[in-house]
Amino acid sequence: METTRKLIRKQSVEKLYNALTSNRQVYAPVVAADKQIEYRYNPGFAEVTFGHIRSTLSVKNVVFPKVENLFFYTNARSESTITDIDMSRIPEVVLWGAHPCDNAAFDTLRSIFCWDIKDEFFSKRLEKLAVIGLSCHLSDEYCFCTSVGLSPDSKKGSDILLSLLKNGDYHADILTEKGNEIVKSAADLFETVSDEKEVITEVKQKFSHEQVTSKLSAAFEHPFWVENSLRCIGCGACAYVCPTCACFDIQDETRGKNGKRYRSWDSCGFGLFTLHTSGHNPREVQSQRWRQRIMHKFSYMPERNESLGCVGCGRCSSGCPVDMNIAEQLEALQNI
Amino acid sequence: MDNLVKRAKELLENKTVQVVIGYEAGPTGVIRPAFITDPEKAGKLIYNDKCDQNLAVYLTKKEVKNFGKMAIVATLPVMRSIMMLISEQQLFAESIVVLGISADGNLLDIADINIMQGYIEKSDLSNPEKYKALLAELNKLNPEEKFAYWQKELSKCIKCYACRQACPMCYCTRCTVEVNQPQWIPVQANTHGNMEWHILRAMHLAGRCISCGECGRACPVGIPCHLLTMQLTDQVYTYFKVYAGTSDKMNSVLSTFEPNDKESFII
Repeated sequence: METTRKLIRKQSVEKLYNALTSNRQVYAPVVAADKQIEYRYNPGFAEVTFGHIRSTLSVKNVVFPKVENLFFYTNARSESTITDIDMSRIPEVVLWGAHPCDNAAFDTLRSIFCWDIKDEFFSKRLEKLAVIGLSCHLSDEYCFCTSVGLSPDSKKGSDILLSLLKNGDYHADILTEKGNEIVKSAADLFETVSDEKEVITEVKQKFSHEQVTSKLSAAFEHPFWVENSLRCIGCGACAYVCPTCACFDIQDETRGKNGKRYRSWDSCGFGLFTLHTSGHNPREVQSQRWRQRIMHKFSYMPERNESLGCVGCGRCSSGCPVDMNIAEQLEALQNI
Repeated sequence: MDNLVKRAKELLENKTVQVVIGYEAGPTGVIRPAFITDPEKAGKLIYNDKCDQNLAVYLTKKEVKNFGKMAIVATLPVMRSIMMLISEQQLFAESIVVLGISADGNLLDIADINIMQGYIEKSDLSNPEKYKALLAELNKLNPEEKFAYWQKELSKCIKCYACRQACPMCYCTRCTVEVNQPQWIPVQANTHGNMEWHILRAMHLAGRCISCGECGRACPVGIPCHLLTMQLTDQVYTYFKVYAGTSDKMNSVLSTFEPNDKESFII
């Protein structure tokens, strides 16, 4: 589809938001009582923040919830009955105000979830999702989107991308058919573009991801991994706040005769992740797990999925309790 | 902290230890743990009031132990963690050198465990002041309000287990939550599963928590989970007059029977 650019005035943004929340679920960022940025469904417009750098958690849960029920079962003496999930109940969601890094991550997730077999839960949720992105007019020292081939105003993954203008109005880039539908439903709010300048933050490039990928192919046994992961405590914070980490665990939970199978987030940082039934663990120590994390995102994924496994949002680093700063490590890796 | 750097350098130079565990400032200025093995790099070590991570968690980490004998920069909570680890047979007193740091940030002369014990005994071992106020606020709530408070807080939990991994006393190589035959604790991070996890964690730390607050500091979603264990620290002190981590020979309050234990709970 040919993309078009319109103008939406400051006052009209509120009208658009209210129109959307009147008939569907809008997932939008707010500043919580403890000052953390979190996404909620249909908060009042006054609560929605336009000035956040990054939410504590990414927004991947709209397509990959932390717990997804796969089916329910009932065990009888001779056979089990399985009840599938009613996919038609997956709601239409509008993701509001997510930044370009988070929106680009939906493509990365698709490259994992639909690599060979199309994951039906993920695909259905993505199909029902419309994304109204917001270019970044703020950034901080943890941001590195420009080092992974993106930018504070990348259009990837958004259906509409809003960009703040100096006078407080917004440019709206209408990028897909889904975006066009939303614009058509509130056509009177969109006007002809003015020549007002956009306010886009500058994010300094810290490393070349091509060079990192090329160095990693021969770095498996490098002492770098042990030296730089001694302080890693092996929690799953980096993976769980990451917009592109897609590993999950599958569990059955039974109560009496009834039960359900579900999947929930998992992390390669955990020792249990690769522990075999025999007791052998191919990734016995933390340095091997840290290496896996970097290798997967910057070597295996570009090789197999033709997509980097990182969008440069910086959450893993800002959320890490021991400052395992990924951009710093990638910068060092490109020069080993 | 010239004294600290000097002492660390000496210990590495004369090969008393093979690694010094301390703090450094990372390239972005964030304070983080440092593992110094080269005496020439001892200058990276710093100490200031932002150095609040409990470093004792690394004393049981395989890749750190692999270096050999360890020296560790230790504020009061770290010293108490060391006592707990020795008393629970997770650490040999001979395998470490303690670079004690006083409450006002000066290097202490901790020559052995007895001296460390003396220092700990002289110190205030109750929960730190900044947490006492929070606990007092919580204790004003009635049980229903308290339950609602924790339900709301714990619903944020994503089960990344940063609280567990950051805690020096959570050293088990296989945690109860990782046992799935039977599955004691639900794997899923829903409010119910999260509450079970946090209650289990707190109960496992009752009488063992040394009030460092590291679990709460590590939590990426800002759950004040340290208040759960600190509340238990208060209760254990009320009933048993014991603080954890005061001796290398202490028995765990809740797993030891004493003939004079109160039995008032038996109906």
